[in-house]
Amino acid sequence: MQKDLNKSAEIKLWISRIVVYAILIFLAFLCLFFFYLMIINSSRSNAQLKEGFTVIPGGHFLDNFYNAWHDGDINIPVGMKNSFIVAAASAVLTTYFSAMTAYGVYVYNFRLKHFVHIFILAIMMIPSQVSAVGFIQLAFQYNLTNKLWVLFVPSIAAPVVYFYMYQYLQATLPLEMVEAARIDGSSEFRIFNRIVLPIMKPAIAVQMIFSFVGSWNNYFMPSLLLNAADKKTVPIMIAQLRSADYSKFDMGKVYMLMLMAILPVMIIYIILSKSIIKGVTSGSVKG
Amino acid sequence: MPKKKSISYAKWGYIFIAPFFLVYIIFTLYPQILTVYNSFFEYYRDGLTIVGPNFVGLKNYQTLFQANNAGYVPIIKFLGNTLWLWIIGAVPQFTVAMLLALFFTSTRLNIKGQQFFKTVIYMPNLIMASAFSMLFFALFSQVGPINQLLVANGWASQPINFLGMRVTVQTLIGIMNFLMWFGNTTILLMAGIQSIDEALFESARLDGSTSTQVFFHITMPLLMPIFIYVFITSMIGGIQMFDVPQVLTNGYGIPDNTSTTLIMYLNNFLGISKNYGMAGAVSVLLFVITAVLSSIVFKTINKK
Repeated sequence: MQKDLNKSAEIKLWISRIVVYAILIFLAFLCLFFFYLMIINSSRSNAQLKEGFTVIPGGHFLDNFYNAWHDGDINIPVGMKNSFIVAAASAVLTTYFSAMTAYGVYVYNFRLKHFVHIFILAIMMIPSQVSAVGFIQLAFQYNLTNKLWVLFVPSIAAPVVYFYMYQYLQATLPLEMVEAARIDGSSEFRIFNRIVLPIMKPAIAVQMIFSFVGSWNNYFMPSLLLNAADKKTVPIMIAQLRSADYSKFDMGKVYMLMLMAILPVMIIYIILSKSIIKGVTSGSVKG
Repeated sequence: MPKKKSISYAKWGYIFIAPFFLVYIIFTLYPQILTVYNSFFEYYRDGLTIVGPNFVGLKNYQTLFQANNAGYVPIIKFLGNTLWLWIIGAVPQFTVAMLLALFFTSTRLNIKGQQFFKTVIYMPNLIMASAFSMLFFALFSQVGPINQLLVANGWASQPINFLGMRVTVQTLIGIMNFLMWFGNTTILLMAGIQSIDEALFESARLDGSTSTQVFFHITMPLLMPIFIYVFITSMIGGIQMFDVPQVLTNGYGIPDNTSTTLIMYLNNFLGISKNYGMAGAVSVLLFVITAVLSSIVFKTINKK
């Protein structure tokens, strides 16, 4: 009797396991399928693409790559270069200065200390689009359109990154360590750059990745500020594909351009997926 | 009391936070103030002439809400669109994420290959939204592979105009938002469930509670603060929805503005017309909505 009960419970468990794995595999398939199609289609010629649907590669990957790289309207090498400049500069600036601000608030005692902390937390949720109108107006007024630095300098003030860095400092930096360094005669900046920054490396790495990816994918502000062909970033060029007369396009090239747009982030993700997934939770939800 | 007089380091605090605040004031705060200021002015470009700035009080806000005033569509429509487009993505997103979070944390099921599944389902979150949207456009267009498949197998007599019908456009946007966000939500909810004391589950199981009972009486109540946090942040993100519908519909919110979101509407005012007055009013509205939602988040965090 007891044995039968155990057996039926075991069967039940196995059935639920099978159902769960089936659901997981289906969702994983769904996530990968569209990208698989993108890659397959970027290896097919326009004529092959017109023939019909298939999941087998077409053998024109390099042709499409050559055509996409040398396209007359959409200068993807320049776009990728611009995107890279903005994304890399944003990643460096936002992490360095957020760490610096968090350190300033965490370590030093000054009258506005608590006000500053609460203030930054309060502005954290304000969407960036709220400042967009004034920002655009000023950019046009002072001739700051088509300047890449206008896109990455504002990332110095990033409340979300500040919050993350502050939490990290709270968890990892003993104040005695700062005291000890002072007794050794290190200057305040030296203590921050030589002792604190190395401790914060893991936090900086995670935020650099998120900042780079966010900036690489950013479309709204760049599209309003950049219109010169040699200043456009990748998302603007992708949106341009959509607005062009689509029926005349070599579709193999279009898929290839999309692939190029997402490839840098994909490579980063494949290498660093473990720490990226860890980073998703550590900043937002305090367990 | 030791006689040693400590050196005051207060000034260093200000020095370290100076760059952040300098940049914040110039590139964020001042533009924000300017945005609010603009919302009370008539200020736009008409061809080559610039109209304004003329102080008009609350007229921009009036125009925003009034029906058919000078060809304007009342903003309630775009607010409704944005909310609806968020909901059709968020309902499956939270349902699936909740289920997956329960699967992954279940010691009874003991799911293998979690790292792989998490890696795969989180991936769409990092993909450039505009490229993802362009991909969907290419796949679902009249001559795209999906239609080729449907016609070739006789499932449709002629290509379906996925991008011309309200239901299909909205569904595609919902699917994309779902795919982009369910992995993220899963990971966040999982972390929430894992932060619950394991002993509670253990004792419930020993008492003979079913998994449904455990879910409704232990997991859900204890997860609530985190669930609300994730839910409201998702909603704040939803209010800012732009890239996906913008690229999919080429900025037109086809058909007939049924997929035009709040930010797409804002974007239109910042294009050629440079209507800083109306754009300012839309931004203020956006700010008010997010402020209300954010205060809910802060309340739930503080309650914990």
